[in-house]
Amino acid sequence: MPEAHGSTSVSADTAAARGGALLEVEGLTSAYGPVRALDGVTLSAEAGRITAVLGANGAGKTTLLRTISGLVRPQAGSVRLGGQDITRAPVEAMVGKGMAHVPEGRGVIAELTVDENLRVGSLFRGKVGRDEFDRVYDTFPRIAERRDNPAHTLSGGERQMLVIGRALLAQPRILLLDEPSLGLAPRIVAQIFGLLRRLVDTEGLSVLLVEQNARSALSVADVGVVLNLGRVVVTDQARTLMADEGLRHAYLGF
Amino acid sequence: MQQFVNVTLSGLIQGSVFAAFALALVLIWRSTRIVNFAQGSMAAATAFIALALIHSGQSYWLALVVALAAGFVLGAVVERVIVRPVEGGPELNAVIVTLGLFVAIQALIAIVAGSEFQSFPAPFGLKGFTFGSTTVALTPNSVFILVAVLITMLLLVGLFRFTRVGLAMRASAFGQEVARLLGVRVGRMLTLGWALAAVVGSLSGLLIAGGGLVYPAYMDSLIVFGFVAAILGGLDSPVGAIVGGLLLGLALSYVSGYIPRGSGLVNLAALIILMVVLLVRPGGLFSSTTARRA
Amino acid sequence: MSEPHTPAAARAGEELIEEAPFTATAAANVSSAQATGGRSFLPKSTLLRHLLVLVISAVGAVILLEITDPFTNSQLASLTYYAIAAGGLTVLTGMNGQISLGHGALMAVGAYTTALMLGVDGEPLPLPVIFLVSIALTTVVGALVGVAAARLHGPYLAGATLALAVGLPGLALYFRDTLGGEQGLRVRAPQPPESFRNFIAWVSGNPASSTKWLAYVGTICLLITFFLLANLVRSRIGRTWRAVRDQEVAAELAGINLGAWRVLAFVVSAACAGLAGAVLALVVRLAAPSAFTLVLSLSLLTAIVIGGLGSLLGALLGSALLVFLPPFVTNLGGDFGLSQTGAAQLAPFVYGVVLIVVMIFAPAGFVGTIRLRLMTARAKRAAAVRSSDGG
Repeated sequence: MPEAHGSTSVSADTAAARGGALLEVEGLTSAYGPVRALDGVTLSAEAGRITAVLGANGAGKTTLLRTISGLVRPQAGSVRLGGQDITRAPVEAMVGKGMAHVPEGRGVIAELTVDENLRVGSLFRGKVGRDEFDRVYDTFPRIAERRDNPAHTLSGGERQMLVIGRALLAQPRILLLDEPSLGLAPRIVAQIFGLLRRLVDTEGLSVLLVEQNARSALSVADVGVVLNLGRVVVTDQARTLMADEGLRHAYLGF
Repeated sequence: MQQFVNVTLSGLIQGSVFAAFALALVLIWRSTRIVNFAQGSMAAATAFIALALIHSGQSYWLALVVALAAGFVLGAVVERVIVRPVEGGPELNAVIVTLGLFVAIQALIAIVAGSEFQSFPAPFGLKGFTFGSTTVALTPNSVFILVAVLITMLLLVGLFRFTRVGLAMRASAFGQEVARLLGVRVGRMLTLGWALAAVVGSLSGLLIAGGGLVYPAYMDSLIVFGFVAAILGGLDSPVGAIVGGLLLGLALSYVSGYIPRGSGLVNLAALIILMVVLLVRPGGLFSSTTARRA
Repeated sequence: MSEPHTPAAARAGEELIEEAPFTATAAANVSSAQATGGRSFLPKSTLLRHLLVLVISAVGAVILLEITDPFTNSQLASLTYYAIAAGGLTVLTGMNGQISLGHGALMAVGAYTTALMLGVDGEPLPLPVIFLVSIALTTVVGALVGVAAARLHGPYLAGATLALAVGLPGLALYFRDTLGGEQGLRVRAPQPPESFRNFIAWVSGNPASSTKWLAYVGTICLLITFFLLANLVRSRIGRTWRAVRDQEVAAELAGINLGAWRVLAFVVSAACAGLAGAVLALVVRLAAPSAFTLVLSLSLLTAIVIGGLGSLLGALLGSALLVFLPPFVTNLGGDFGLSQTGAAQLAPFVYGVVLIVVMIFAPAGFVGTIRLRLMTARAKRAAAVRSSDGG
């Protein structure tokens, strides 16, 4: 089982932590010049759950993740992780606090090999045993066979697996995923989402999942948050959102 | 035949110094996408520091170590204080900043150490080896140059390939934002990159000074040659920098060796080579086509 | 580290004036193509406006030259050739985004041509002809360089022109018989013509010395150059240059041949450099390699950066700095106990520091930052008016 991380041992507190808010975003506002990408967004991601953030292109989903992880400075609002205010924390400190962000476009470092990519993910932890890497390779056999190849030789699906594996090596409490299904075949998407669900159910990982593909996301998520033009339109159980045809047509494209 | 051997040898030796300087430029380009036009005057500054130490009675080796250390510090300070504010912005701004630094440091050297030509000692002999009755254009000092550059290359390769710091530096250079998300202190890695590049630059400045004359602008030609060598090899390629440096060293040696009064045309020759490369194969000989986006 | 830039003008509100500089970049100091709400007492037509400025400047220049002593006259003469070169360079770098460290070398071409033509046995050709030939020759060299440089940008362009700056003076040494080698070529400055003596006698009664004549020659060249450049900048050509700089893809899609326009910008700036070199040869009475070092090109760069890239007024102010700062700074250095040669290095030191400081804190330069402030204020007022109208 994964080691205790910070003050919360993920496995031990799984039952107790499930259902409590791990990540709380309140009134988050962030702008690029005169354009307000986020306009007072409030949401929470519960521990041990998958929270999906949905909406059309330009709704502000990517900006939301980038503001939470510190790449973008918010004009107003707050972000709390496990009760701790991380609104103005530097980006580099986030993994140390248990937040791993897999960015839009996956973020594979193309010039490095697969194994080197993984190693970068564990750099901040200091010395990491080879067995942890082996565990990632066991989870993703497809990339195990390419471990010494440059990462740019990987296919889209393999890259996605690589970056998720890399994020997991950081032993995060919460995983921020930006459009993992982008450009991937439905079969691979199902594989990846299935894996996410397993990790959440068995190891108590929390996931904040941004997706354009709302249908797939809602099929695997517990909670759904719909954004439109930088504002939260509705937050509800994923089941409920799936059942609401009007809502789906208006904001989710299906 | 003998002339050919001599011209080739001296071409390789000066080429190895070009290679070192080009490598410094490439290191900085890869990490921060900036061409450090001030690299030459930074190196000259450290060479003058070494000279001051030597004049005050210290040994060459102590002066060398101090100069390299000074280069390290200078590179770090320059990145953190002067270049950091313009990194990531319009490239013109960074170009102008490094040019300003170039002028300022060179003028400062002249103010502090004077503009006269001063001789710089060489750590080893400057007489060519003799094989029987023939003297080759290979001196103990040039062997030292080759060995020093070689050791530096190996150390750098080792650093980048086999250490965690090296991995962090490469990650910072190739995927800055991703590296930050993964907890890498990218800022520190960039500063370290500049510091190391400055050390390599210092070394090339010291190597080329040995046995010759130094004055505040003595590195000006080397800046041009190092730049041409880096472009020749491809700004993204450390291997290219080395190959480019050696090739350029050879080419310029042939120009000054075989064309009458050719030593005056060396700068022009470098310009022509640069123009040809930029027009025919702007990415350099080793232009890599690795996708930089995942 | 670097966060997304918050454009100064954008803080003014949600409406932006078209073409307002979005970020304080070095190359964003565009001279506004439309004078929205500009001075109302100047004529509307650009050409008329420039003619008016030309006439006023000419009168002002004559007054300035006549009330100052001969030494200041020669300083003003130096100012003219720096300003001519800087004017061309600021158009190249500011409007078209191409940086060049080789304009010192281009000035050398103009200077040597003038020196050679004035050094012929017998009566040399009239000055305007010599100037035109110098300009033409430098333009040809500039075209060659421009073609090679058209596909380069940023550091590549800087490095290539750096190689030019370091390499070209070597030619003077190689062809030391014709070009005078290290010593250079002496220039026989022509004597002031009768009409000039009469003019000066009528205006002020001052002695019409050779120095004064050369100052006037430089001033006339400067006025003509700036007039032409100003019109060029405001014309369709100027707008196309800016489009090539800022919106490469859009310009290409619109059918604009990027390379050709870049070469044109380079050629225009080379012509200016050629004229500047010609005037320099006359004023300094010498064309030698030591006058055209890398420091000259970097000094020109400093002048246009301080003034603000793209601004002719800025080029003039920056050139004034190049002429009047060194003696001031050298004296200061002497006061602090520096040797003569040491104090002489203070000026380039200051240039270097200025380049760094300006780029970090005010990349739009002196004139540019003022313009940005004015535009921001204007945008704020416009937004306020619009919101009060809608309310």
